[in-house]
Amino acid sequence: MSVDTKQVAKIASLARIAMSDAECEKMVPELNNILDWVEQLGEVDVTGVEPMTAVIPNTLRMRDDVVNADPKTGGDRREDVLANAPVAEHGFFGVPKVIE
Amino acid sequence: MSKYTIQGATGEWEVVIGLEVHAQVTSNAKLFSGASTAFGAEPNCNVSLVDAAMPGMLPVPNRECIRQAVRTGMAIKAQINKYSRFDRKNYFYADLPQGYQISQLYHPIVGEGQLVIDADEKAGIPEDKVIGIERIHVEQDAGKLMHDQHPTMSYVDLNRSGVALMEIVSRPDMTSPAEAGAYVRKLRSILRYVGSCDGNMEEGSMRADVNVSVRKVGDSELGTRTETKNVNSVRFVQQVVEYEARRQVDVLEDGGTVDQETRLFDPGTGTTRIMRSKEDAHDYRYFPDPDLLPLELEDDFLEECRASLPELPDAKRARYIDELGLTEYNARELTAEVETFARFENLLAATASGIGKPEKDVATQVANWALSVAPGIIKSLGEEANPAHATAEAQASILDMQAKGEISGGQAKEIFEIVLKTGREPEEIAEAEGLKQVSDTGAIEAAIDEILANNEDKVEQYKGGKDKLFGFFVGQTMKAMQGKANPAVVNQILKDKLG
Repeated sequence: MSVDTKQVAKIASLARIAMSDAECEKMVPELNNILDWVEQLGEVDVTGVEPMTAVIPNTLRMRDDVVNADPKTGGDRREDVLANAPVAEHGFFGVPKVIE
Repeated sequence: MSKYTIQGATGEWEVVIGLEVHAQVTSNAKLFSGASTAFGAEPNCNVSLVDAAMPGMLPVPNRECIRQAVRTGMAIKAQINKYSRFDRKNYFYADLPQGYQISQLYHPIVGEGQLVIDADEKAGIPEDKVIGIERIHVEQDAGKLMHDQHPTMSYVDLNRSGVALMEIVSRPDMTSPAEAGAYVRKLRSILRYVGSCDGNMEEGSMRADVNVSVRKVGDSELGTRTETKNVNSVRFVQQVVEYEARRQVDVLEDGGTVDQETRLFDPGTGTTRIMRSKEDAHDYRYFPDPDLLPLELEDDFLEECRASLPELPDAKRARYIDELGLTEYNARELTAEVETFARFENLLAATASGIGKPEKDVATQVANWALSVAPGIIKSLGEEANPAHATAEAQASILDMQAKGEISGGQAKEIFEIVLKTGREPEEIAEAEGLKQVSDTGAIEAAIDEILANNEDKVEQYKGGKDKLFGFFVGQTMKAMQGKANPAVVNQILKDKLG
């Protein structure tokens, strides 16, 4: 698997990263090196091996359906939520007009 | 009515419809945070640092949301996947602070299921029809954008951001607008029975993406489909199908091709239009969310989900017909909405225990009362009626008096009107307002004797074979009793006396 300049430009655009043609060009061998490196994993025979999702046995923990049980992960903290917003007005985030 | 087709210049076309319904899961807190899901809060007040995608925050799933999705899956007889996983669906939009939506693409929590849409002759659905459901997965809702509050900015409210949704994906098994409408209604009914979604389409708790394609009648290949997004009423779903089917037939017959595209519905004109979107907008680059381990469900959990399922619409309807002896029509009307059957079952239990008879003996009387008599009276009184007075006890005692022959059908209505206006007790009203029919045989007999004595000629004619005169005697007796005699008693005494 490998990428070309066009694909790099597309990935950059999907990720909203502004990159010049020269930068894209430079990125092609770098990304291809990484892909080659990862591809080596394909040489290992994994027949009969379950896909691993964590290095230690672990299961997904769930939370009870309680509002604001822990203030750190609850709501009612609009000032904190808006604190870093470049523009906040009337309790909303303000962003450049986006409309279909 | 025959099959739904669209007549084109080159022949007849049929339509194929699949629906993706987004249903908001009923829960107190969001899917991955402890912020409230309450509707109508001040902007950005129900937002946690998780929902705002602050760095370092980690999602932890809400057990209740998972439980509701599983129960919903069980209600549509679906395969429940004990192993499922969350994936990131990546795109940039101002209402999505994470830059990705946590969803389930590769391993959804619920697999293949089905529901049955009910036969509706008038709508062109001749018999019950099974509609396949491909999957249900859980995912996060996005925030809300407001474009009309400021000349140069859009405002963002993240209160909905992170609220749990179930996406319920049907098979392309529907072939008319009526079937699509019936599917949404039936799904809504099931969700509300289960209690996993409030089904409130106006508030956006349920909305559908409508996939439509057309093909010549008899073709087996599916045509190219369009997807119309976020349609929020049953009527609109049907309008989208009608409009899109016609539009696609016109495009194809003019020698054009249908593009696989996303469209928007305009309720004002009943038309759809293409959503302007970039070519690569659908390149979501899904990958497993590294913040979340696979979701593995234990047998105990599944057992609890199954045990907590209520009787579902189809089963309830069958029971109303088989065990309570109701008509197909009444059973269907009573089981369509949660509120309706709850009222009916309360009233039925109260009436049956009041009269001391099994429920099936009074079910038809109670059903007619609950479906037509009572709603008719409430409607005709309008503002004058206080529906809070229409308790199961009050109505049961009216039905009780009627079943015992103490009051007539007309008197039952009059008493109910007074109950609705004043909240007084039905028995007390019957006594105080003289709204009781006389079943006292002595009084009725006396009245009948007098009438027979005054109409000897007619008695002779009746005995000579003029049977129709029976009605005359009944009428005269009722008149003499000022309409308050029990008709059954009057009939019986007249029959005895006239031999």
